[in-house]
Amino acid sequence: MPAVSFQEVSKTYNTFRGTFQALDDVSFDIGRGEFFGLLGPNGAGKTTLISILAGLNRASAGRVTVMGHDVVLDYAQARKQLGIVPQELVFDPFFSVRETLRIQSGYFGVKNNDDWIDELLYELGLEDKAGANMRQLSGGMKRRVLVAQALVHRPPVIVLDEPTAGVDVELRQTLWQFIAKLNRQGHTVLLTTHYLEEAEALCHRIAMLKRGRIVALDRTANLLAGTASTMLRFKTDDALPPELAPQARVTGRIVQLKAHDAAEVETLLAALRQAQVRVEELEIGRADLEDVFIEIMQGAEQPAAQGVAV
Amino acid sequence: MNFDGAGTLFKKEVLRFYKVSFQTVAAPVLTAVLYLLIFGHVLEEHVQVYPGVAYTSFLIPGLVMMSVLQNAFANSSSSLIQSKITGNLVFLLVTPLSHWAWFAAYVGAAMLRGLAVGLGVFLVTAAFAPPRLEAPLWIVVFAVLGAGMLGALGLIAGLWAEKFDQMAAFQNFIIMPMTFLSGVFYSVHSLPGFWQGVSHLNPFFYMIDGFRHGFFGVGDVSPWTSLAVVGTSFLVVAGIALQLLRSGYKLRH
Repeated sequence: MPAVSFQEVSKTYNTFRGTFQALDDVSFDIGRGEFFGLLGPNGAGKTTLISILAGLNRASAGRVTVMGHDVVLDYAQARKQLGIVPQELVFDPFFSVRETLRIQSGYFGVKNNDDWIDELLYELGLEDKAGANMRQLSGGMKRRVLVAQALVHRPPVIVLDEPTAGVDVELRQTLWQFIAKLNRQGHTVLLTTHYLEEAEALCHRIAMLKRGRIVALDRTANLLAGTASTMLRFKTDDALPPELAPQARVTGRIVQLKAHDAAEVETLLAALRQAQVRVEELEIGRADLEDVFIEIMQGAEQPAAQGVAV
Repeated sequence: MNFDGAGTLFKKEVLRFYKVSFQTVAAPVLTAVLYLLIFGHVLEEHVQVYPGVAYTSFLIPGLVMMSVLQNAFANSSSSLIQSKITGNLVFLLVTPLSHWAWFAAYVGAAMLRGLAVGLGVFLVTAAFAPPRLEAPLWIVVFAVLGAGMLGALGLIAGLWAEKFDQMAAFQNFIIMPMTFLSGVFYSVHSLPGFWQGVSHLNPFFYMIDGFRHGFFGVGDVSPWTSLAVVGTSFLVVAGIALQLLRSGYKLRH
């Protein structure tokens, strides 16, 4: 039995402008103990999918289970298995950090939970904030409390929706160390993030969503291997020759060009030399998840490549 | 049912108003006392509603009940709309709590606040006119039922309203007129025939009248009639609130 199972999930919103299909026949499973990444551009349907999993939204069609429990028919059991860290930085201004955690624990019927609450406060660096009112906390501290709230009832499945958006480096590290530890202890983790290096470093498997459809679903290693494996990176102030410009990814002065093999690297360099482009800090490296992501998002309309289901 | 969970939500809802009780309990008591001072002073010499009952004495039960009703409504409605607008309702939506648990906790806390304010008004106003307590059981029955109905009505309003101005409209155009036109400040017998008829369609009238009956042993209608109307109204409102919660109305899209 998978930890999480999405079966032919569709979601249609009726708006003033007509119907909007947020999710279109999404199916995949997340195994127990997996660290799973859900990636996609803004508006791809990631949060909608997670909201359906959490019971915040309802699917128009299809079925979702958590540890075998249907999120609609058996919602109480399904929600006990889930800990959700929401994307928005929300809090209840009436309570302190410890009160917030005790209340959240109580909702799940878990009483006398202070040992675990203390451990959460320690792991997330919140020990000295336990008595502070939620209003007094900085954004990063509030984010930590959100994580603690999601974990307070010891759920086997943890869902993190963009947990590191706008978060400083220190918290990111604290958070990932803690989540990785929980994952090693057997917790299943579902993560959505915009930081692709985080997904590449942490996730065993990755699904990519675009306009409500799954456009890629594979092990992270396979996704990295299945695409153009070499990237030519350099800095320049000159314009690229017209034959290279369309395939280049330009970020400020940094230019990245895909190459499938050594011969193609030579061809690219020859073209640059011929166009008298002054190249600085040239390096040849492996493609990373960002390259894969961009390639898949651009190619999503075209027929399926290896390891990519359209 | 997850009684611990429902109990936690009830406790949280009580703490929410208890932590700001100066605003949620003391302030409404003061408001009611001001009504008593001003209307009592102006009308004491001119109005006698029941034979042998001074106007100030007549007014006190109405003010107590009005405070119970308004504060029960305010508690559940403002808690829900605040949680919806600030977004922290998500913490509750992801829990296994059933619609019964939500209902019991929100309405229970609303009743507690309504009854606490009502008791406060009663104790303070007792200093102005020693209360008569002809049938105390009716007092308790109508206070509890009225608080429950308004707590449930507040729940419905809190679910329905998406913005504070919608909530204010619900309060100002529905709750306030129904309260003020229920006979808090007068006996409906003093109204022209048509308006007497209209008053008899207002469930709030029966709450106030039944409640007042407990103090003076007399009222505009029989307390049993009031009990039937208020009890039925409570069941209808509670049924609607439960159904809205069960269906996830404006909560789960």
